[in-house]
Amino acid sequence: MRAHFHRLADAAQALLHSDENFTLWLAGERTDFVRFNHARVRQAGQVSQATLELRLIHGRRQACYALSLAGDDEDFGALATALAALRHVVSSAADDPYLLLNQTVTSSDEVQQNNLPPTPQMMDDILRAADGADLVGILAAGPIFHGFANGLGQRNWRESASWNFDWSIHAASDRAVKRGSAGFNWQAQAIGRDIAQACEQLARLDRPARLLSPGSYRAYLTPNCVAALAGLLNWGGFSAREQLVRRSPLTRLAQQEAALSPLIHVQQQASTGLGPGFQAEGYLQPDTIPLIRAGKHVGALVSPRTAMEYGIAGTGTPVHEQASNLCMTGGSLAEGDILARLGDGLYLENLHYLNYVDRPAARITGMTRFACFWVENGQLAAPLGVMRFDDSLYGLLGDKLEDLTSTTQLIADAGSYEARSTDSVNVPGALVSGLNLVL
Amino acid sequence: MLDTLRQRFRCAAPPVDFCSLRLTETRSRLLDVRQGVAEPISLAHNRGVMLVVAHGGGYGYAATADLSESGLRAAFARARDWAERTADCGVFDFRKIAFPNPRGRYASPGVGSAVDDAALLDLLLMESQHAAIDRRIVERRASLTLIDVDELYLTLENGDVEQHFSYVIPSLTVTAHAQGETQTRSLGGQYNGYCQQGSVEILGRAGLSGAGRRVADEALQLLSAPNCPSGSMDLLLGPEQMMLQIHESIGHPLELDRILGDERNYAGSSFVTLDMFGSYRYGSALLNVTFDPQVHEEFASAGWDHEGRASEKVWLIKDGILQRPLGGQLSAARASEVAARPITALANSRASNWNRPPIDRMANINIEAGALSFQALVGGVEHGVLMETNVSWSIDDSRNKFQFSCERGHLIENGEIKHVVKNPGYRGISATFWRSLKGVGDAGTLQVMGTPYCGKGEPNQAVRVGHAAPACLFADVDVFGGDA
Repeated sequence: MRAHFHRLADAAQALLHSDENFTLWLAGERTDFVRFNHARVRQAGQVSQATLELRLIHGRRQACYALSLAGDDEDFGALATALAALRHVVSSAADDPYLLLNQTVTSSDEVQQNNLPPTPQMMDDILRAADGADLVGILAAGPIFHGFANGLGQRNWRESASWNFDWSIHAASDRAVKRGSAGFNWQAQAIGRDIAQACEQLARLDRPARLLSPGSYRAYLTPNCVAALAGLLNWGGFSAREQLVRRSPLTRLAQQEAALSPLIHVQQQASTGLGPGFQAEGYLQPDTIPLIRAGKHVGALVSPRTAMEYGIAGTGTPVHEQASNLCMTGGSLAEGDILARLGDGLYLENLHYLNYVDRPAARITGMTRFACFWVENGQLAAPLGVMRFDDSLYGLLGDKLEDLTSTTQLIADAGSYEARSTDSVNVPGALVSGLNLVL
Repeated sequence: MLDTLRQRFRCAAPPVDFCSLRLTETRSRLLDVRQGVAEPISLAHNRGVMLVVAHGGGYGYAATADLSESGLRAAFARARDWAERTADCGVFDFRKIAFPNPRGRYASPGVGSAVDDAALLDLLLMESQHAAIDRRIVERRASLTLIDVDELYLTLENGDVEQHFSYVIPSLTVTAHAQGETQTRSLGGQYNGYCQQGSVEILGRAGLSGAGRRVADEALQLLSAPNCPSGSMDLLLGPEQMMLQIHESIGHPLELDRILGDERNYAGSSFVTLDMFGSYRYGSALLNVTFDPQVHEEFASAGWDHEGRASEKVWLIKDGILQRPLGGQLSAARASEVAARPITALANSRASNWNRPPIDRMANINIEAGALSFQALVGGVEHGVLMETNVSWSIDDSRNKFQFSCERGHLIENGEIKHVVKNPGYRGISATFWRSLKGVGDAGTLQVMGTPYCGKGEPNQAVRVGHAAPACLFADVDVFGGDA
């Protein structure tokens, strides 16, 4: 696909008039998806897809055209058709005051060796390890590729083959243990160990559930839960544009009207992420973008368009201004001390269906899910019936935050809306003095 | 193109128990105006096929945009390989299913209509400018997405269905800010509630013309409004919130693949069990819910689903009693084995695009109109709140404990609508909430809504769904407002 993309870029260059410019952005994958239920295969197949986005620039006017690629010579005709359609649109478009494209040519080429075994072999490894367990989930495996090209001669390419196995083991009455792992090298023995450990943990849930009354409870949130909170915050929270129009849940933080706990340090870290490191306007993403330091706002994610509109420095972030690898620094809580430090309270393994109740106030709601426990005197006392919480992120990550675990966990996003995600987070667990349960 | 593809399918289709080809070709334009400035126009042309093979009891698929005969052959080989490799480890023996071989054609309203994009962009610019009525208005956004979709479904045994759709998705949001308070108001919701099948006549039904000033004014009203009161009280929901209430606490719980456990790792399961159908009291006797893919302009209307089952209107809940689940032919066959009794399939096996396999989805799930006018509904409330336009939604794994918030509320006292209240929300439990339904509005209160973003499935899929509902009145609901 890389050679085909470069030929398409050359073709676009050749088709242009002298007063026109262009960019090309390509995102593609060839993914085997194997979906499981009851440790059997629900659906299995392969998706081969690539979308090419052509941007035509004429003076300060621009428009974009996204087309699916067949991967053969038909694509050159489709590219010419797209260019003709764009010329028609651009001819009547107004000047775009916020057009900003990278002018510094920095090409890159990264193709990681595909070390994956055939996906049916991975499927067989999973089925063998899950024998007798009620395993549900999805295995996604195969290469993902991204490319960029422009009229200045810049060419960027990144291609890597990876797998992501997102799964859970279930018992009766909605009790379950959820896990997930991802990588570039498949390790069948490690998957087998994970499934066996999850089955052991599932056995611990085989006790009557504790039903709690609404109220505030001490709680330990595993990295899975903190990842869910980080994911919600990443929904507009770190966007400069959303902060400037006061829609961000971190507006008060950005305006220095509020602060989070001094333990909170957050940054976007492209250098350790799984994404391409370049974006659709041709900018390379900096290795690190500090966002929160010691509980205070120190930066935001600024797309080229926002940079131009508000006259601020850009951070090379794609247009939606979301972090692709959000990293939180750990604290001082040792793994072995978690239950003792919690004392009496909630041990929350997973959260579910988070949303803002009042976005500008960073008030959120969500559910506990799967392997959550009531803890007494530092011991797991009973599984927890699912509960709804309603609380403020300014509290949970602010004056109610007692500590963060000293180790952090890299969690690769298993999402695949339209295409497989390359996003990730790296977060610690969190001990909070109170989580407000409401239902 | 379609005839060429038919020919290539006949040449490339392998000798298997069953195989099908589903083409989805989508052309779309996004016209978007922010802060009175046109964003770059985005065009898209997306085309590919999903090939399915069922053979020897297994099932496999392959999705490709390579529509050449050799491309189809290669994809069929991959699908067949997956079918053979999963034949002895699948959840179901597909030899037990008689896949339909339908023939026919469906066209939604608006197909082939000429649209003046320049005039539409001018309308968006005007509405965005008209929303700038006050210094406290900090963001204005207006957009239109126009989508044309052509689908072709072919089967080995001469099934041949063409479906053509035209969709329009209008959106307008205005954000106001003052003294630390931010409020956003929208036209039909911030997630495109006025999406429908058809052409520009949809904009008239949505009230886009003139919406800029009106929505901005409503956002400013919210800035100075008191918080919604808290406590147990009557709750009157307008159609812009009813669509979400139906979606989350009726539509999803009735999906048969959730009941069968397919979604437990991602979207969740359901409090509904197979033994409930035919006898379970889901709601009060006023509750009548239909699966209706034949409402003229509704977003998910279709002639057939993506496995070739012809659509028809079906009662899911009648007079409050649960009747039927939402399951396509595979789920219905699996559930029939589990329940040891026949469970009939609906035409709701759907996929988001050519690159995803079909699973159980909602399509159009509607509440049938009742007998009460809006005035009569309000008149029956001594103390309560009218809530409009969803802004936040969250519900538990089994679709029971929910908490929803709306953009705007109005206090109702002694049968009269009073002042606006901000940050209105409510909590409940699906299994009991619908039993508190005490008034259903008549056809005059009904609106056809929808969303392009119903998310579910592994791999993930966001599909279009429609929800038509009248205003509905509920008793003794746990209502709350924002922090004082």
